[in-house]
Amino acid sequence: MKVLVAMSGGVDSSVAAALLRDQGHDVTGVTLELWGGASDSGCCSVSDVEDARRVAAQLDLPHYVFNFAEEFDARVVEPYVASYAAGRTPNPCIECNRSIKWGRLYERARTMGFDALATGHHARRTTAADGALELRRGADPAKDQSYVLAVLGADQLASTVLPVGEMTKTDVRTRAAGLGLRTATKAESMDVCFITRGGRTSFLDARVRATPGRIVDTDGTEIGTHTGVRAFTVGQRRGLAVATGARRYVVDVDAPSATVTIGSPGDLLRDRVQLGAVTSTGAPVEPGTRVDAQVRAHGAPQPGTWWGDQLVWEVPQPRVAPGQTVALYDDDRVLGAGIAL
Amino acid sequence: MSDALTYLDHAASTPMRPEAIAAMLPFLADHPGNPSGAHAAARVAKTALEEARETVAEVLGARPEEIVFTGSGTEADNLAVKGGARAARRTDGLDGVVTTAFEHKGVLAAAHRLEREGFRVEEAAITPAGRVDVDDLAARLDDRTALVSVMGVNNELGTVQPLGAVATAVRERAPRARLHTDAVQAVPWVDVATLAAGFDLIAISGHKFGGPKGVGALVVRRGIGLDAEIEGGGQERGVRAGTVNVAGAVALATALRLTHDRRADETARIALLRDRLQAGLLAAVPDAFVNGDTAHRTAGHLHLGFPGVESETLLVLLDQEGLCAAAGSSCSSGATEISHVLASMGMDRGRALASVRLSLGYASTDADVDRALALIPGVVARLRAPARV
Repeated sequence: MKVLVAMSGGVDSSVAAALLRDQGHDVTGVTLELWGGASDSGCCSVSDVEDARRVAAQLDLPHYVFNFAEEFDARVVEPYVASYAAGRTPNPCIECNRSIKWGRLYERARTMGFDALATGHHARRTTAADGALELRRGADPAKDQSYVLAVLGADQLASTVLPVGEMTKTDVRTRAAGLGLRTATKAESMDVCFITRGGRTSFLDARVRATPGRIVDTDGTEIGTHTGVRAFTVGQRRGLAVATGARRYVVDVDAPSATVTIGSPGDLLRDRVQLGAVTSTGAPVEPGTRVDAQVRAHGAPQPGTWWGDQLVWEVPQPRVAPGQTVALYDDDRVLGAGIAL
Repeated sequence: MSDALTYLDHAASTPMRPEAIAAMLPFLADHPGNPSGAHAAARVAKTALEEARETVAEVLGARPEEIVFTGSGTEADNLAVKGGARAARRTDGLDGVVTTAFEHKGVLAAAHRLEREGFRVEEAAITPAGRVDVDDLAARLDDRTALVSVMGVNNELGTVQPLGAVATAVRERAPRARLHTDAVQAVPWVDVATLAAGFDLIAISGHKFGGPKGVGALVVRRGIGLDAEIEGGGQERGVRAGTVNVAGAVALATALRLTHDRRADETARIALLRDRLQAGLLAAVPDAFVNGDTAHRTAGHLHLGFPGVESETLLVLLDQEGLCAAAGSSCSSGATEISHVLASMGMDRGRALASVRLSLGYASTDADVDRALALIPGVVARLRAPARV
């Protein structure tokens, strides 16, 4: 099989490429140039490209760099900025998977005649008894990345290979060390790749003028001010520069009035979450289906019932920040995802 | 170079001429001397360096003392543009810099640096055919212009620039300006001494004409002051400090001499190959389009586009079949950038992204053209077919 491996310059995709090569596939490596701005972290710096190139050379694989910086800006960075400005909390890594890796790159791989696209994500693609393709959690529960792939559809799963999904991170590093790969002990990137050391707020402020506004209690009493809603996320506790004594959380962010509402943990609880942009990895999830829902990359899944466009929790849960992705699972199988409204 | 490769990227770098390799080897293997020293070993190096300087001067229509060896064409451009403009400001109080929108980054980045230092920097327009608009350039000149920089041959398109008309306009309107040309891409194709007659500063690079990477040269006409970029031991008349790359200079000179002596024969032969390649591709892909003024084009360049095909993708598939070509210019990561050259011509984005550069050189053969013609139309057709599911 002719496989295009997306190589970020990290250890997981390095080993993914090595495994596919050793299985006898015709493997080509590609690294995406995604961000033209200044960033000292993440997946698109020159040194990461160089790591990927060197690993590919060590494995005797052809390697290319695709410049998707414009698409990345238009489809990931700009929506990210607009989303925060609107008082929402976007997940740019998921948007990148949807529109860049399994969008632009996936299309290009097909056009070029590759049979599959592979990545180093810790998730598994399996086949059901009826032949349907399934997306499941990675074998290493601590490193599972199925959440960030939950937006993939059946068309995308059809030509996707996830070679390290069956391995633990320790296995991956051992394998990389055994092959003598320079990425064997490389640290993982944890941050949004285009955010610089200055942090999210300064990144956003360089692009959108922040509007100062009020911080109010749930009864409308003003208890402080802020320099812009982009610094607040529903559910956030840290960084609230107000002295109230009790534990306080952001319970609402209203961008048009630049108002941030804070309240007690109880004020944050909701019995349901409404989702938009709903996708499914296979057949659409039937209304009335019992699911486990995960609302952040490493959050604990919580049970609920899916009703077509909303999820009703079995027990009330803290409000999901608008813009966040909610992934729906049946045990370790990803059913689909939607974005909290 | 591997026999398996069809190398159509001579504009990026040429294979070294065997004579140039032979000429440099003794200075790697046998002669340790520093040309600035005062003993027998140093004298060997010094003699070879000065002979190389004489050769370069003769071919470029300059005097030996007007040749400064550098570490690259980009370094030569930086020295000419920044060093020339700064000296003109320091001695004559001039503050204008005029260049063109499609220069090599070695010139453009240097000009942008000068802009941050307070110079007025302007970029002359490029015609849709890929040549500098001399009227537009002339309109940007005045008696405070410190430096004018116009390339001899555009590296992407291969279009030969009207340097004579540029020189005339500059002497008329900006008599005190230093006049520089980045002739890096011109050497294999045109007699630079003639093309750049009347220019004060001329930059070349060894690896574009069968010499080694890592060595360039700058003609600095007598009386043209330059502020040094690299300061130190006073080598190269104080304009470019650092021990000169003797082996590189010797090889550059050897390759330059051969390129010059064989230019008529080689360009005639290469033009036939290029024309056959162009005609064959246009016949096989009727809607393909050629970029740049073909009446003023080097014998080796073929810059063309295939509607509906992304050049980045095309180049990967060609590479997988052993054909080396390029699009745009490469950034540090190796990704293809949107070509500022094609943008400067007013080419729309879609056509720019569909365009590739096939560049032939002295090492190109009939077999290379045969291979390219056998390969490219099929790959283009594959990329245009609906994607498999």
